[in-house]
Amino acid sequence: MSAAADPEALPGGLQEIADDFAALSGPDRLQLLLEFSEELPALPARLAEDPGLLEPVPECQSPIFLTVEVDGAGDGQPAPPDAAVRLFFSAPPEAPTTRGFAGILAEGLDGSSAETVLAVPADLPLRLSLEDQVSPLRLRGMGGMLGRIQRQVREQTGA
Amino acid sequence: MSAPIDDSTPKFADYAHGDRLVSTQWVADHLDDPDVVVVESDEDVLLYETGHIPGAVKIDWHTELNDPLTRDYLDGAGFAKLMAAKGISRDSTIVFYGDQSNWWAAYALWVFSLFGHPDLRLMDGGRALWIAQDRPLTKERPERAGADYPSVERDDSAIRAFLPEVREAIGTTPLIDVRSPEEYTGKRTHMPAYPEEGALRGGHIPTAHSVPWKRAANEDGTFKSAAELRGVYLDELGLEPGGDVIAYCRIGERSSHTWFVLAHLLGFDSVKNYDGSWTEWGNAVRVPIAAGEEPGEAPA
Repeated sequence: MSAAADPEALPGGLQEIADDFAALSGPDRLQLLLEFSEELPALPARLAEDPGLLEPVPECQSPIFLTVEVDGAGDGQPAPPDAAVRLFFSAPPEAPTTRGFAGILAEGLDGSSAETVLAVPADLPLRLSLEDQVSPLRLRGMGGMLGRIQRQVREQTGA
Repeated sequence: MSAPIDDSTPKFADYAHGDRLVSTQWVADHLDDPDVVVVESDEDVLLYETGHIPGAVKIDWHTELNDPLTRDYLDGAGFAKLMAAKGISRDSTIVFYGDQSNWWAAYALWVFSLFGHPDLRLMDGGRALWIAQDRPLTKERPERAGADYPSVERDDSAIRAFLPEVREAIGTTPLIDVRSPEEYTGKRTHMPAYPEEGALRGGHIPTAHSVPWKRAANEDGTFKSAAELRGVYLDELGLEPGGDVIAYCRIGERSSHTWFVLAHLLGFDSVKNYDGSWTEWGNAVRVPIAAGEEPGEAPA
């Protein structure tokens, strides 16, 4: 069944990621989260050199910053709903769990349309089969990231 | 068999039970000591996997020390099973270390103390100091043979406080609130820069003194000297080593740090950690709460 045919499915590439987690045993789920942490792309130089452009996520237990760019937005002009969304994250290597969550969002949503990103349900952190491995406080931190991403997308699309 | 104590660090000799601490150098010298099991306990569940002290095993507070159903710790049989799986014997010397200035290492040490494991020690300075000294880390998980560990009933009576006892203690037993000043006054119900914990009310337990855990630590995460600690807890606060003390924070991890300081470094006879802490008290119905900077009075 394709993702589009299932109204319950997560948008973007997130359902495939959720399925991958669900198929694994507990310890292997942590290992997969670690891989997402290691694969989180570095910030492009223009953002790394100007950290003021990034928004902090105080819900997370570790320092993480993110920013969102919607293609075509700017100069007071909102971007259309099908415009592509670019996600950028910065989190230190000593915060691997936080980096892992950022890696999931980057892998699952970077390059998706604005309407796809806005369609991600708020309970995403609870649909990754990680509740037994990761404390609820941490999962709430991932929700904090998602909420900030969606708010920035709304601001740039006027949605 | 117990490993030798660390007698090469002059600071430790001034503590009441300096044998409960080891230096990073001592750990480096005992990596191959079969009597020693080094245990990493972190706040971040993935940190061990990114690299740990060679030979160290991981114990996670959330997935391994808590009962999966009830808000409580493992029972004796569960603890024995965990120890056996980790290759830890009852006569092993366990050295804990971890992130966040050893909060979770101290917390694990406190939980292990509930089961009366005889030889429990902390590595002064924790994970951050080990890394700052450019000591080796590895991603390789140690292959430890399983061990026999007896099922020992958990004994909460000596070092763990529950809500009814804390309520009775108001006005009679010193209470130490080790959270940040913002949490103590009620300005916020969670740690600065940490997520909302979900406590409904802000403030502190009436009569509790505000002594943030950090007052016991140096910038590098090591413990302050015995003289400095006595200055804070005895001279300034007026605590008596022979009397009862109860420490609390948000979920019991930062107060484990202070519990370790009072019980082991200063040698207080009767220190309890209230692990329900503010997540329980701040949500409980009809318990007294004080707001602001003053400890407040015991309710009439």
